[in-house]
Amino acid sequence: MRKAASESTLSRTRLWFYQALLVAALFAFWYLMTEPILFSEASARNTAFFFGRPLGVLKVVVEWFASGKIYPHLAITLWETLLAFAIGSVLGLAIGLWLALSPTASALAEPYITALNAMPRVILAPIFAVWFGLGVLSKVALGVTLVFFIVFFNVYQGVKEVSPVVLANARMLGASKHQLLRHIYLPSATSWVFSSLHTSVGMAFVGAVVGEYLGSAKGVGYLILQAEGVFDINTVIAGILVLTMFALLLDFAVTRIEARLLVWRPKVAETEQL
Amino acid sequence: MAVPALAFERVTCAFADRGGHGRYTAVKDTSFAIGAGEFVSLVGPTGCGKTTLLNVAAGLLAPSSGRVLVDGVALEDINTRAGYMFQSEALMPWRSALANVTAGLEFRGTPPVETRARASEWLARVGLTGFETRYPHQLSGGMRKRVALAQTLILDPEILLMDEPFSALDIQTRQLMENELLELWAADRKSVLFITHDLEEAISLSDRVIVLSAGPQTHPIGEFAIDLPRPRDVAEIRLSPRFVELHEAIWRVMKSEVLKSYAQSRK
Repeated sequence: MRKAASESTLSRTRLWFYQALLVAALFAFWYLMTEPILFSEASARNTAFFFGRPLGVLKVVVEWFASGKIYPHLAITLWETLLAFAIGSVLGLAIGLWLALSPTASALAEPYITALNAMPRVILAPIFAVWFGLGVLSKVALGVTLVFFIVFFNVYQGVKEVSPVVLANARMLGASKHQLLRHIYLPSATSWVFSSLHTSVGMAFVGAVVGEYLGSAKGVGYLILQAEGVFDINTVIAGILVLTMFALLLDFAVTRIEARLLVWRPKVAETEQL
Repeated sequence: MAVPALAFERVTCAFADRGGHGRYTAVKDTSFAIGAGEFVSLVGPTGCGKTTLLNVAAGLLAPSSGRVLVDGVALEDINTRAGYMFQSEALMPWRSALANVTAGLEFRGTPPVETRARASEWLARVGLTGFETRYPHQLSGGMRKRVALAQTLILDPEILLMDEPFSALDIQTRQLMENELLELWAADRKSVLFITHDLEEAISLSDRVIVLSAGPQTHPIGEFAIDLPRPRDVAEIRLSPRFVELHEAIWRVMKSEVLKSYAQSRK
């Protein structure tokens, strides 16, 4: 076993090396195609019009961060993401618990929930822009509709899958209806919410950026929209890169939070560190 | 005669069949009683409705007809005088061992300081000092059973309902737990209704063993007083000649039911 473990770490560093190589190769290819090296000046410029130039993109990114111009936009996007996530989660948790515990309400609402979930909800963005204006609220509203359903279905599932024995045990220990909700259903449901944290934070982010892109005055989506309006492909790609890095950071943060919140969850083959 | 701690009066439990038509009668016309401080075991072939009977006694399941009396009073809702040890995992996985033991007191609104002190004391009594902060998945099967025992006993129930609590444990751990249970029981003599399919376990623990018929329509078909001396050691008592005698007598009654149940399961 020991040998297998060390072999796998070796192949992991190798894997990282190849992964880095892959990105480098991609950038090199991009560079070669868009600079006048292999092709004529005119044809390279033509390609660069559609695909941008790696050095140009890098320059935009560096300039954004050096001048600090990007921070207010990032802050707005982050704020919209967090708000959408928080509101969507609380709504999903509350309504999920309610419908899961009330058979009548669930039977009544079921077809509508299914329909709302099936609807491509990004299409609501223009309506939200009309209702809530071009500020933060319309983006949050869009993010909420995306997050809500993920959390809702997870909570619904979580409540339905509470172990009947754990439930019966709590009742025998004297838990009232209210205490069952607080000490059994809620922890069980929140554990499902946490396990869908990655997806729902990601969706909140999508909601924020798409909302900005469709009409706003601030945010990274707005930067991209502005640049696209003047065919500044370098800036568009720089915006996409920044968003991607930002999403990765967000995902990393979620992983850390998840590990802290779900300590009670058994992991596969957990051993004690001595 | 004194009022029994727990009495079944012509209890029948029928369930709607899975197809929707027809009924499945799990338990039929069952009457028996458990005196205060008595340790009674129900034995019977697997799938004979033992757990159904226990759920009725706990008030988790209302019988189709008949009733359960607790200290002479008909049971309407959850049996608040009873503690229940389940066959499968019943601990709250998101609570540490200590928090699982405190749960019952917490539900009753006992102040946290007192709750924690009493729970630590109970964990010590079941030999789990130092494991307070572990979550159930970090404990072994035997340890989880001990936490469950502490969780139930901390509320000091008058009646203890136990559904094959040790069946998932290996034989050594099981005998240890059985001895511990007897010791705890001897300390304050609760009325115990213990369910098992293991006849040896039933005889070595109980004052009385009730044999149930194979399902469906389970009912008691035999009753045996276990006159073995106490205190007992469950491993040693199995070797005594009286134990062997009792085992033979009860097994004679049980055997045909086990064979019946086996034949049904092969259909």
